[in-house]
Amino acid sequence: MRVKPKKSRFEKHHIENFIGRAYMSFCVLLLIVIIVSMVYFVASKGIANFVSGEVKVSDFLFGTKWSPEADTPSYGAFPFIAGSFLVTLLAALIASPLSICAALFMTEIVPGWGKKLLQPVIELLSGIPSVVYGFVGLSVIVPFLRNTLPGQGIGVAAGALVLSVMILPTITSVAADALASLPQNLKESSFALGATRWQTISRVILPTTFPAIMTGVVLGMARAFGEALAVQMVIGNAPFVPRSLFESASTLTSVITLGMGNTTMGSPQNNALWSMALVLMLMTFVFVLLVRMLERRNKI
Amino acid sequence: MQFRKSWIMALALTSVVALSACGNGGNNAATNNGGNAAATNTQNSSGAELSGSILASGSTALQPLVEQAAEKFMDANAGVDIQVQGGGSGTGLTQVAEKQVDIGNSDVFAEEKLKDADAEKAAALVDHQVAVVAIAAVSNPDAGVDTLTKQQLVDIFTGKIKNWSEVGGADQAIQIINRPASSGTRATFESFALGTKTDDLPGSIQEDSSGTVKKIIGETPGAIGYLALSYLDDSVKTLSYDGVEPSVDNVISGKYPVWAYEHMYTNGEPNETVKAFLDFMMTDEVQTGDVVELGYIPASQMQVSRDVAGTVTTK
Repeated sequence: MRVKPKKSRFEKHHIENFIGRAYMSFCVLLLIVIIVSMVYFVASKGIANFVSGEVKVSDFLFGTKWSPEADTPSYGAFPFIAGSFLVTLLAALIASPLSICAALFMTEIVPGWGKKLLQPVIELLSGIPSVVYGFVGLSVIVPFLRNTLPGQGIGVAAGALVLSVMILPTITSVAADALASLPQNLKESSFALGATRWQTISRVILPTTFPAIMTGVVLGMARAFGEALAVQMVIGNAPFVPRSLFESASTLTSVITLGMGNTTMGSPQNNALWSMALVLMLMTFVFVLLVRMLERRNKI
Repeated sequence: MQFRKSWIMALALTSVVALSACGNGGNNAATNNGGNAAATNTQNSSGAELSGSILASGSTALQPLVEQAAEKFMDANAGVDIQVQGGGSGTGLTQVAEKQVDIGNSDVFAEEKLKDADAEKAAALVDHQVAVVAIAAVSNPDAGVDTLTKQQLVDIFTGKIKNWSEVGGADQAIQIINRPASSGTRATFESFALGTKTDDLPGSIQEDSSGTVKKIIGETPGAIGYLALSYLDDSVKTLSYDGVEPSVDNVISGKYPVWAYEHMYTNGEPNETVKAFLDFMMTDEVQTGDVVELGYIPASQMQVSRDVAGTVTTK
């Protein structure tokens, strides 16, 4: 296929174009098919118990007794839902101020060596596997809590602390990007009006980038909500709504990982675990929606 | 515009196709495809040469033993390929019942997991008991107790006894380290040590992995839990049960009651290759070698046997 008349050259780049487009379309289609079938699969298994009448939706969502192996089994998942929200919110509360300060430090206060030092550290944090976080939590955080505070160390507080370290990089990197993309003239105008650096940060920079920073927080919470292994190792996994922060509790993810392998496919207990997976998935959608809404507000 | 419309049509069509494919597949979608599961034996039946592939899945407690035996078996039979996967007893039983794997490894009798609507699935499975695992109650070394009676254990695990001083130990609150309700280890402990099912207590800690359980018991003051004999070491205190020490000899003679079989289930009678492998598991080489080495108790040496209902008979 060497040089040919003009017409065939013209065709060649058309062919290239076509192949490129076909390949891309195939990839996108595959992606969509995978996502749709996963959603369908989780949903169909998740509602199996409700369809068969084994468990009522209200009993599942608000029931506080989880005893799947009892003679009259009950499948109340409220303790797990409550546990998931509790550790996620606590983790976000602990991690957000730290991450936002780290991001400000990197972009506003010492953009030079601050960024050079912190950027790799944060990237490293996000690359550590969750089992390592869990093991560090079990070996460091749990004994520390046991020796300094009431309770056995294992519990909600330990889970929230481990999670907060895990979501630090997510929030920090999103917040740092948001701060870096702030138009320079905003800051310059503020300084020109005689504002100090603190005034500029607290009155101009943070309010303008607030929606973008919140996007980072929500993304971090989504990660915390879905994290299974590290939390499972330190939270204690008792199927109860905790009475204090230092008591053993469960999350949706921890009870799924503990029970999935031990139960047989199609049994009510297994299906109840799938229902929890469905709740997790719906929550992920909520988080995605939240991020979307925040992004819409994020027009400067 | 024209192009975009056709795009959307194509998307919708593929989604529908994918969905219906899912629907037909039923609940097979989440499990392994059975392609390599079917062991094929192409050799003549009289020859010694075995070939084919065996896929086993299930119990993580039994996995190391099957893996180690499989290595040896493959060394001796070059034509055989054995893959051993984990996933848990429930997964192993589900997959063998649906013929997705050749062998389903389980810590419990199939009848205990596959019941009610699935009972007939359990009836089709053939049990091969390859080893015995004994479970001992263990405590934190500082609890100051050497032995507990059955009643004391029941009272502790139902929350009636809350302090070690009530059973003759140190003045230290008891912290229960349990297993999740679906765990085979917990089922064994409840059936044969407590004799009753227990409800979870608020504040109790649940872990599934024996390594984590041991770590927590060793570090938490006043902790009590239970572990397979192979996990015991000096970091935890092994408690005698009604005065009987949980030792291999006591299990073999039937004096110590808290033990369970490790099962390898096949769906119907196994084919030649699978049968050869299961026979190999019961040879002295494996039973007195790998089984003992990995901390299990040889099923072949047991002087008592137990059926699914828990009835113990002396051999």
